[in-house]
Amino acid sequence: MTYIQAISDSLRTEMRRDPRVFLLGEDVGVYGGAFKVSLGFQEEFGPWRVIDMPLSETAIVGGATGAALMGLRPVAEMQFADFVSCAWDQLVTVAAKQFFRAGTPIPIVVRLPSGGGFSGGPFHSQNPETSFAHIPGLKIVCPSTPHDAKGLLATAIEDPNPVLFFEHKHLYRRIKGEVPEERYTVPFGRASVHRPGDDAVIVTWGAMVYTATAAAEELAKDEFETEVLDLRTLVPWDKEAVLASVQRCSKVLVLHEDTRTGGFGGEIAATIAEEAFEHLDAPVVRVASPDMPVPFAPTLEKAYIQQVEDVAAALRELAAY
Amino acid sequence: MAVRAAEPVASLDEVREVGLDREDLLAMYRNMLTARGIEERGHILYKQGKIPGSFYTGRGNEAAAVAIGTAMGPNDVGTPLHRDMGVHVTRGVEPWRVFAQYMGREDGPTRGRDGNVHMAVAELGLHAMVSHLPAMLPVATGMALAFKVRGDHRVAIGWFGEGAAARGDTHESMNLAGVRQLPIVYVCDNNQWSYSTPTYLSYPVEHIADRAAAYGFEGVVVDGTDVLAVYREARRAIEKARAGAGPTLLECLTLRMEGHAVHDDAFYVPKEMFERWAESDPIERFRAWLYTNAGMSEDEEMEITSSVKRLLNESLERAEASPLPDPANLADDVFASPEDLDTPHHK
Repeated sequence: MTYIQAISDSLRTEMRRDPRVFLLGEDVGVYGGAFKVSLGFQEEFGPWRVIDMPLSETAIVGGATGAALMGLRPVAEMQFADFVSCAWDQLVTVAAKQFFRAGTPIPIVVRLPSGGGFSGGPFHSQNPETSFAHIPGLKIVCPSTPHDAKGLLATAIEDPNPVLFFEHKHLYRRIKGEVPEERYTVPFGRASVHRPGDDAVIVTWGAMVYTATAAAEELAKDEFETEVLDLRTLVPWDKEAVLASVQRCSKVLVLHEDTRTGGFGGEIAATIAEEAFEHLDAPVVRVASPDMPVPFAPTLEKAYIQQVEDVAAALRELAAY
Repeated sequence: MAVRAAEPVASLDEVREVGLDREDLLAMYRNMLTARGIEERGHILYKQGKIPGSFYTGRGNEAAAVAIGTAMGPNDVGTPLHRDMGVHVTRGVEPWRVFAQYMGREDGPTRGRDGNVHMAVAELGLHAMVSHLPAMLPVATGMALAFKVRGDHRVAIGWFGEGAAARGDTHESMNLAGVRQLPIVYVCDNNQWSYSTPTYLSYPVEHIADRAAAYGFEGVVVDGTDVLAVYREARRAIEKARAGAGPTLLECLTLRMEGHAVHDDAFYVPKEMFERWAESDPIERFRAWLYTNAGMSEDEEMEITSSVKRLLNESLERAEASPLPDPANLADDVFASPEDLDTPHHK
């Protein structure tokens, strides 16, 4: 099953088992969503559980928040993760803070097709997960495999908090994997070892898990074995797993597709410096996109998004340190 | 659809036609006095240095707030604002908890985590506002969407000010509600001043309610100092929404009789404007109406006035006994746990 099929499968499963779950977003009904995640859903669940919304991210997220307060379990779709900037206020001002200050949980999921790799340009390619990871009260999920996408989405819908579910568009149809037919959940805050290794660890998430793995394979040819640790969720993030890998491997590369400055990789590197300094054999290396908007032309975008050879080069330097 | 101007309510018979009896009227009067009394005492607490941060009042808006609170059904919900103390009072918030909220105490509805009028008791169907106006309008619209999805015969009320009408949230909410014919009433507390900004610098049309036509529903302008006129229009709009006939934009025209907040002396409001609107004080107006049209006696008035005073005095005492929150629990409840969903409305 592909990554995108796993997401559809999970949504359908959750909607069949819980009548409170409903979808709202732009073009999610008749059209099935820009990426066809909800294709055929309106036929099965009807127009009031798969709601085509006006072009208004504010009304989509605010509407989800109000519906959640009334006992429903909304799953809102941003057509592209980039467009969530229009709903910033609803997420950051209202949904993230309402439980803390008013005591009323906001169980909403916002699905965000994110990431670049196919000339989407500055407004259809971004990875805004770190902006929201900085906001207390929001949970941030970034699955990389079909298995995790299905299980984490089920967990997200069950969670009593606002959850931002970042789906990497470049994984949608490219990545296939075994997915159990029955319902299951994958817990938040639990990293997974995507590739084992003891000589270094790459801490990453989303599409970069595959870039990291390919780079690790490159170095394995020289018998340098790199673990690829997939965080799977950024809020909460699995600090214990990262620190355990640092202790074991002693060399760390933090990799993300989002831009470098203020990226979540900085938080991971700082935590390692604070809590595992004495286990390091080399400075923590950060590999990320440069601090600039995502460019459009294929040559530029390829230079912008870290490629396997970029990560392999950084890893080689780390190995040689 | 042109905007409609509401008529005043002329007699007790007309009141009965809209579903209120004499006792209801006296209760509304009591609630208006309570709302104003809470804010007057709050002002004193502020001057005594007992209220941290700032302090906001809704003086001049007591009629509109109490009227709409009264017109709401028991299972209706809403997102009232900082000029709408009368809504909280009418829905049954205990005044001592409001004072505790003002003072950042443990027994305030937000337990000291948020201040001033950023509060509501969800069990009473009200949900706490945020500073970013009108960010709760899309949320109220979502509540109405939930009712439509489930087929509940419930109505949501979304409040906003004429200043906040300049923001996209207002448009995006009303557009969705119009498209989906949601059971919602948008109430504009038009107090003519958005902080220091007058209406002609906030919006270019005669009435905010004129905009309803753009969303395919009715806009009504009502004198917000006339509690019965507001009640009648609110009741019509709420029952219309409940019956599935879609939203209404109800604009309640008042004057903000004090500054934006307690630090603001409102020097920019022309003196004559205050004088003119002071003649239309909602409480004085209703008091006169009750004497003329409902035969309120001096004894009845005295009973109401003194019981409100007693309630507020007791409430103040009780609130001052409420502890300040313990910093040991500082970072509790940033995230909800599954058991926090264990409430009747979340099931």
